[in-house]
Amino acid sequence: MDHDFAITLDVGSSAANHTGSWRTFRPEYVRRLPPCNAACPAGEDIQGWLSFAEAGDYEAAWRALTQNNPLPAVMGRVCYHPCETACNRGAIDAAVGVNAVEHFLGDMALAKGWKFTPPGHKTCTKVLVVGAGPAGLSAAYHLALLGHAVTIKEAGPAPGGMMRFGIPKYRLPRDVLDAEVARICDLGVRIEYNQKVSDLQATMAEGGFDAAFLAVGAHIAKRAYIPAGEATKILDAVQVLASMEGEEKPLLGRRVVVYGGGNTALDVARTAKRLGAEEAIIVYRRTREKMPAHDFELEEALEEGVMLKWLSTIKHVAAGSITVEKMTLDETGFPQPTGEFETLEADSVVLALGQDVDLSLLDGVPGLEIENGVVKVGPDMMTGASGVFAGGDMAPSERTVTVAVGHGKKAARAIDAFLRGGIYTPGPKHELASFERLNSWYYGEAPQTVRPTLEIARRSSTFEEVVRGLDESTALYEARRCLSCGNCFECDNCYGVCPDNAVIKLGPGQGFKFNYDFCKGCGLCASECPCGAIAMAPEEI
Amino acid sequence: MLKQIEGSHAMAEAIALCRPEVICAYPITPQTHIVEGVGELVKSGALQNCEFINVESEFAALSVAIGASAAGARVYTATASQGLLFMAEAVYNAAGLGLPIVMTLGNRAIGAPINIWNDHSDAMSMRDAGWIQLFAENNQEAVDLHIIAFRLAEELSMPAMVCVDGFILTHAFERVDIPDQAQVDSFLPPYDPVQVLDPENPASIGAMVGPEAFTEVRFLAHYKQRQALRLIPEFCEDFAKTFGRAAGGLLRPYRTDDAETIVVAMGSVVGTIKDVIDEMRDAGEKIGAVALVSYRPFPVEALRDILKHAKHVVVVEKCISVGVGGPLADNTDGALRNLRDRPKLHSAIAGLGGRPITRESLKKLFHDAVHAPWIGPFFLDLNERVVGREIHRGRKVRRAGSTAENILKQLALASHLPPG
Amino acid sequence: MTDSTHAQNPAPSLKYYQKGTFTVGNRLVADAERAVQSSPERSNALTSGHRACQGCGEALGARYAIDAAMRATGNDMIAVNATGCLEVFTTPYPETSWQLPWLHSLFGNAAAVATGVAAAMRVKGKKTRVIAQGGDGGTTDIGFQCLSGMFERNDDVLYICYDNEGYMNTGVQRSSATPPAARTATTPALGPEPGNVFGTGKFVPKIAVAHNIPYVATATVADLHDLERKVIKAMGIHGARYIQINVPCPLGWGAPSSDTIKLARLAVECGLYPIFEAEHGRITAARKIRRRIPVRDYLILQKRYAHLFRNGEDDPRVARLQAICDAHIADYGLLGDDEA
Repeated sequence: MDHDFAITLDVGSSAANHTGSWRTFRPEYVRRLPPCNAACPAGEDIQGWLSFAEAGDYEAAWRALTQNNPLPAVMGRVCYHPCETACNRGAIDAAVGVNAVEHFLGDMALAKGWKFTPPGHKTCTKVLVVGAGPAGLSAAYHLALLGHAVTIKEAGPAPGGMMRFGIPKYRLPRDVLDAEVARICDLGVRIEYNQKVSDLQATMAEGGFDAAFLAVGAHIAKRAYIPAGEATKILDAVQVLASMEGEEKPLLGRRVVVYGGGNTALDVARTAKRLGAEEAIIVYRRTREKMPAHDFELEEALEEGVMLKWLSTIKHVAAGSITVEKMTLDETGFPQPTGEFETLEADSVVLALGQDVDLSLLDGVPGLEIENGVVKVGPDMMTGASGVFAGGDMAPSERTVTVAVGHGKKAARAIDAFLRGGIYTPGPKHELASFERLNSWYYGEAPQTVRPTLEIARRSSTFEEVVRGLDESTALYEARRCLSCGNCFECDNCYGVCPDNAVIKLGPGQGFKFNYDFCKGCGLCASECPCGAIAMAPEEI
Repeated sequence: MLKQIEGSHAMAEAIALCRPEVICAYPITPQTHIVEGVGELVKSGALQNCEFINVESEFAALSVAIGASAAGARVYTATASQGLLFMAEAVYNAAGLGLPIVMTLGNRAIGAPINIWNDHSDAMSMRDAGWIQLFAENNQEAVDLHIIAFRLAEELSMPAMVCVDGFILTHAFERVDIPDQAQVDSFLPPYDPVQVLDPENPASIGAMVGPEAFTEVRFLAHYKQRQALRLIPEFCEDFAKTFGRAAGGLLRPYRTDDAETIVVAMGSVVGTIKDVIDEMRDAGEKIGAVALVSYRPFPVEALRDILKHAKHVVVVEKCISVGVGGPLADNTDGALRNLRDRPKLHSAIAGLGGRPITRESLKKLFHDAVHAPWIGPFFLDLNERVVGREIHRGRKVRRAGSTAENILKQLALASHLPPG
Repeated sequence: MTDSTHAQNPAPSLKYYQKGTFTVGNRLVADAERAVQSSPERSNALTSGHRACQGCGEALGARYAIDAAMRATGNDMIAVNATGCLEVFTTPYPETSWQLPWLHSLFGNAAAVATGVAAAMRVKGKKTRVIAQGGDGGTTDIGFQCLSGMFERNDDVLYICYDNEGYMNTGVQRSSATPPAARTATTPALGPEPGNVFGTGKFVPKIAVAHNIPYVATATVADLHDLERKVIKAMGIHGARYIQINVPCPLGWGAPSSDTIKLARLAVECGLYPIFEAEHGRITAARKIRRRIPVRDYLILQKRYAHLFRNGEDDPRVARLQAICDAHIADYGLLGDDEA
């Protein structure tokens, strides 16, 4: 069309005017570390697998999850989910139920029979793993995926370690554990049972192993000296819980006192109730706030009728009764005796005071150091002995299944690097995506869904699983509560709010990029990014 | 078809024959009868395919016209006096955007004091707006100029104003030959805009233009109007062929061949002036007249060619550019600029606010121009006694009040009527 | 009143709490259900290279609105623009940012020019739709007469007012849409009544409602889904329609360019800018406040209100502004069931 000079202009011609020259700050897409991922001892990319789950692609979610953790069905039941404690959503309504979704994905994988993809090629190296607990299984899994031939030597008759011999069935059904272990074995991992390694060097030489990962756990119950009379029944928690796996159930009597304040104490007390005890009383020398056991487990125990006696120490055990002394906390929070005593009826006393590691297999291994009853390891989990790595409860750290799984993974990567003649260096960590980085306006209100729990009546008489899984709709709901802290989730906000159309949408899964020809640097994209995935950086002039 | 018809209705019929597609109407005396007339034709179905929009002001009237024209419709509206001033901003805008809107201006004085009667103050106020301004001498010409105006406007992409004297023409019943539709259709092709708002071919119309191009835009507007100087005679010739009568043109000389004195005027007063010229010619005086049809563009060369041999040029106009004089006189003066032996120019202001211009006064005026010339603008039939007294009073009393009111009071006293 | 939650939730069946219903896009829903602004195929009616200030709310609001209207009309539409920032920053010779047929005539006549365009379309038998747009000065002040005329005749025009609460193009002067107490170049923060007067107010959306035109709505750049829904709804209706969009002006309000949407959001959440819809003279829906805040939280972020917080304690005018918010909340029913 013929146009009037100057008064009429061709459409879109302002694209010739590059307003990017106005800019003093430039937006940049960044990745920040989500608090859940930062908190996960197993190093799971929780946000990553939730993003598949929220799209309803559960298999992709499970595959992403199992890149870091081969035991999601187990972990979905027994993990104390520090991810949820860290979750930014807690500041809006309630943390995302990560553990529940993991539980759901783990169960779905078992139901659907999803298998791990075997490695494309195999190396000709052999690795010995000692102990088929969570650390050992995790290491074996990761090593197998890296193509190494792995043999696990397990002292016990069945796999799982403390997952089997420490955690009651009502928290972790054994068929779930067995199925997840079997899936690891399907990758070619060999587990030899009843093979206690007593001389590591000999075992390695004999089997022609190029490296070893030690994860024997902590099975020796700590004892405390308690004056006791005749015919008293004092047991330890490890013994009680382990014997639950055998034919002969422990005889605890009608009134059971458990001494200790950790999760194991709760497990024992709840087990005693299920075995028919009328009373299960936990005696703990400090207060509820100081108790190391997790709150939700305590709640469940209280629901089941477990009783607690705070600020008390056992001074004497007699047949049918115990004497406790009341304590008081001093200003440092340490319990101090008061001189007041009380007598409780008790048919048995179970000590749940912690466990020690059986380090006998390490005798004579050169360079290896022991400190505070555990093996010293470097940041790559290698002990002082070259090619010998250690993790799980026998290494210094918090003793949980999740930590152990994390150790296994870390050790496997380090062993792989060691076998290739290198040193494993993890990638740099991104800056934490704290709540202040988010624009929480964009997140809709959605309270957490709670996993159904077994009726109280049935809990006191059976070992049925107490906490059930989510169904698909609730798992999807829960996955969609994820805020995707610190990482673009393709919400199109930057693309939409730019007054200068200076954001280019690259298509599904591809994210966005800035068109710096036109970006004036107003910063709207950064301030309206829900998840804090855009940073403004001063323009270099 | 010959009809004895009111000027406004004759114009309405002619406008309808031009097949306007959008008409914006807002009442203001003395143009109201025109839009009423067109409105009737639309409502009755005589004029089909036309949107008749009753707007809320003259500003809106021309604004609606701007929108419709930019969107490719043939558009008509009408106004007068205060109405033209109220739409002034849009008047300039329509021209700047090159929109071929045709508007009738029922010429009327501008207040205060408010006055509904005829003069040319309104048209003159918009003389620099970039519109074509054509002045009709009688209602036949008023009819014909509207038809020509549409063709001219659309050919040049430029708005055109047809100026007709309020009451004198708009309300006068005269014999008018109203053309038939076939004639108009053959003269005026359907509107084919140069540029138009079109989703198929989008463009941004009405950009902001800065110092880097504004001069060029203005130059081109001026250039385009100068083109009209060529087109107007062409179209008038074409008009004569189609309709069998002459109309319009840039200007029309009357008995100027050997004239030593030539009167220049526009609009209906030309009729009276011709009568006076006939009378004076009969008395042996070498006098003639030029009826200026196209005030914008101003036909400098054509006017100069006629005036250059005269000794005296008398400009009679119905407008005073306060503080200077008559704008038509100034423009005429401009046409004579740099001429060797140029005629003497005598400026007269007449017929303001509807005051009758009599043959006697004109005759005396033309005589005086030659024999008792004045300096500056001469106000025909000025009541000198009244203004003298008012000037005197204003000097004495600081708060002398409204001049208009005082004059009325004096006139009332003089005629022994109660004031007010 | 109809259920206003639908206004915020274009896909009520979808539960996606991460993005909720508040972000621009949502990778989990079908293309047709996504916001126009999330689509790579959006028109970008107001494209890159325009000269608007950094973070301009009007540039954003105009693209939101016109893109939505273009989708609704299959690009068969024409826009008429009043003089003002939007006109100046989009079409300085030799470049225009518009991607649709666009006409600028004058400051005060956009509504009338649009009437003319619509009339031309009707007479030519075209289905092309017409939008007029301008700032608050060109709408509530100088263009008000033409606007009212267009309403009263029920001309087939959607008029969109981008309300940034002042004459920003000329250097931040007061308009009839400037809120009380706000400092502008013509209402300086001086004397016993600093800033704009507490007048009787001139809320043009309600005046539009009084014309009984088919559709009136207010909207905000802080709620894209609501804005797009309203524009698309308006384009589905014939006759006179009016949408007024709150578009913060970083320059005129004295706020960082990155706060534009935040300020728009807070203006709604404190109740100062009621977001509602009306049809044929009756208010039919109001957007509920989601996270109510005191007006102070909104005011204190803007330099135009800095004089209200000068001496360590709040000026009494803050309470008067709060009273205005409270009245809006009561009059329009802006609180949800939880908050009411």
